[in-house]
Amino acid sequence: MSTMEQTSTRSGATAGSVLPALVPWAAAALLLIALPFVFQTGSSLTIMNQMAITIIFALSYNMLLGQGGMLSFGHAVYMGLGGFFCVHIMNWVEYDELYLPLPLLPLFGGLFGLFFAVLIGSFSTRRAGTVFAMISLGVGELIAACSIIIVAFFGGEEGVSGDRTMGPEFAGLDFASQQEVYYLTAAWLLLSAAAMYLFSRTPIGRIANAVRDNEERAEFLGYSQRHVRFISFCASGFFAGIAGGLFAINYEILTEENLNLVTSGGILLMAFLGGVGFFIGPIIGAIVFTLLQTVLGLYTEIWALYVGVLFVLTVMFFPAGLTGLLAIHIQPIRTGKIGYLYAPYAKMFLPVIAFILSAAAVLEILFHARHAGVGEEEMTLFWFTFNSQSAMPLIVALAILAGSFYLLRRFAPELREAWDEASHVESRR
Amino acid sequence: MSLVLVNLLDGLVTGLLLFMLCSGLTLIFSMMGVLNFAHASFYMLGAYFAYQISTFVGFWPGLILAPIIVGVAGALVERYGLRRVHKYGHVPELIFTFGLALLIEEIVQFFWGKSHMAFEAPDILDFAAFSIAGNAFPAYKVFMIFIAIGIFLVLLYILTKTRVGMVIQAALSYPETVQNLGHNVPLVFMGVFGVGTALAGVAGVIAGPVLGTFPGMAVVLGSIVFVTIVIGGLGSLWGALFASLIIGWLQTFAAAYNVGMADLLTAIGFEKPIDLSESAVRDLWTLTLPQVGPILPYLLMVLVLAFRPQGLFGKRET
Repeated sequence: MSTMEQTSTRSGATAGSVLPALVPWAAAALLLIALPFVFQTGSSLTIMNQMAITIIFALSYNMLLGQGGMLSFGHAVYMGLGGFFCVHIMNWVEYDELYLPLPLLPLFGGLFGLFFAVLIGSFSTRRAGTVFAMISLGVGELIAACSIIIVAFFGGEEGVSGDRTMGPEFAGLDFASQQEVYYLTAAWLLLSAAAMYLFSRTPIGRIANAVRDNEERAEFLGYSQRHVRFISFCASGFFAGIAGGLFAINYEILTEENLNLVTSGGILLMAFLGGVGFFIGPIIGAIVFTLLQTVLGLYTEIWALYVGVLFVLTVMFFPAGLTGLLAIHIQPIRTGKIGYLYAPYAKMFLPVIAFILSAAAVLEILFHARHAGVGEEEMTLFWFTFNSQSAMPLIVALAILAGSFYLLRRFAPELREAWDEASHVESRR
Repeated sequence: MSLVLVNLLDGLVTGLLLFMLCSGLTLIFSMMGVLNFAHASFYMLGAYFAYQISTFVGFWPGLILAPIIVGVAGALVERYGLRRVHKYGHVPELIFTFGLALLIEEIVQFFWGKSHMAFEAPDILDFAAFSIAGNAFPAYKVFMIFIAIGIFLVLLYILTKTRVGMVIQAALSYPETVQNLGHNVPLVFMGVFGVGTALAGVAGVIAGPVLGTFPGMAVVLGSIVFVTIVIGGLGSLWGALFASLIIGWLQTFAAAYNVGMADLLTAIGFEKPIDLSESAVRDLWTLTLPQVGPILPYLLMVLVLAFRPQGLFGKRET
């Protein structure tokens, strides 16, 4: 578990240091309020809503993987079940069988997620590691398969849908506009993120870290590893349920897709890309992944292939994720040695860009040449239009690829030396 | 009675096919502690490679060549991917194989697209081997049964009777001691991973024409394979065989008998309500056995985990 380092090395905040600890949260709140003024279009609001929901989901996932050392392949179940339950509540509210203002709805999604987490966690948290992963996969598949046949609750293949605007008004808002939904989602995001952060600071959150790193030692200290994992699991299920409730409000429909392995795997992907060893990691992962999905998806058909390559490379070479990649620069900055890195980074910059773009170009040309229909041989790539069937573009792309690779190999020792220099700390006498 | 016999044979085919995947997976797991999430993806690769080869030279060379290519690919993945991730621990290894499964699916779509491939069984096997009370049993399925049993026997022979098998078995339990005795354990690991994935490749070649060759074929079988080895007991070859056959028969019989839940409930004395449309338990009345079939393996797994966590044949607590 060497990769999943302590979430943060600072010890618990004392009374005097509360104020500085609040600064990032205040900044986040301001940012969330300001964002709709910068990005006003409907589609960007949609993306931001999706991001906010994904962030809550990813943070709740990281309570398991990053903080508790439990690899789950079925986390979508708790979000999905919370969401399904919320759609049913929305429908009950619509037919006046229940009185509930919409902003409180995600809380009930959370409670429903918690209920199932208690149920399933009671036997699945017995062991961590591979066994936990297998059980989570089996239970996830079981519930996803059940959703097709239990029509009364899951609505079969077409899912269940509702209408968020039919409930009682809340402070004069009926949540018909995207913007109102955004602020509701943002408020829940801030609230849940803060709650999850505080959870990681409580004694139980700390012991969860201890169990993750060395379960035997935690047992000898008198903590039941199973009990500790169970509590983390339940808390995680609760927050996943909240994300599900927000999903229900935002999209007003839930289907089998919200429960299956694809969704569960996606959240693992995001959390890991962002970096599971840091509290902020899944947030970055969720933002980057959502952007990749929506923006890259506009430009290329094979975006999922790029994401897959990125993910496998991350697991192999940067298991601390994107945040880990940024975090290793903190120490050189502190010791004032970041200057050593400027020159090699500047030298590497162009070859890296050329390498990535030419690799993508090779893939795009091959893909186009293989799948384009008759008469569609023309393709446009990086503002060049050419015939993908001819060999010339491919040769050019391969030449750039080889050239940039050669340059990278040549500059690599220099960078390594600079790194050794920058990360070297003089011992104090 | 004849229907039972037909279903028994069909279930045997499904079960043996599952076993060809499970045997490799369980061998890899007991040796390296890695649950290879991408195992079913190698099965898919086997089908696609065999299809590609069959378009040039026909089915039979593909049956030999495709598993070899898949096995080499598997060995390379172990050597250059898994071995690098190994130092981080088992959870990152599992995440790596999960990523690999995603990547292989994307790569397959990159080359062959999203549609079904026209991968057909060879003409020479395209006849009815025999028929039971009017139900023809295709020769291709007989061929599948023989291939699977043949592979099982060869595997059993190699593992228990040959020197290589002895080294493998010893390396399962005491890798360090075996290493100290002068055997190249990393090479053994790479070999086992390669052979395991090649077995999955064989399964893919012979299943491709029957179950279809498409990018989703790994996902369809993937989780069932995991469920099977958990039920059989992680690391147990006999457990894998037993659980594969049980699941094969469970699924075939569930699909064949259209027993409704309503019949069952009336039989034990409940009365069917006249208006079901608003009742919360309406699904309980309309369920049929073929509908429930797909979830039976998962249900069985949850039951096994609740009452016998080490699996049916497993020795260690899982």
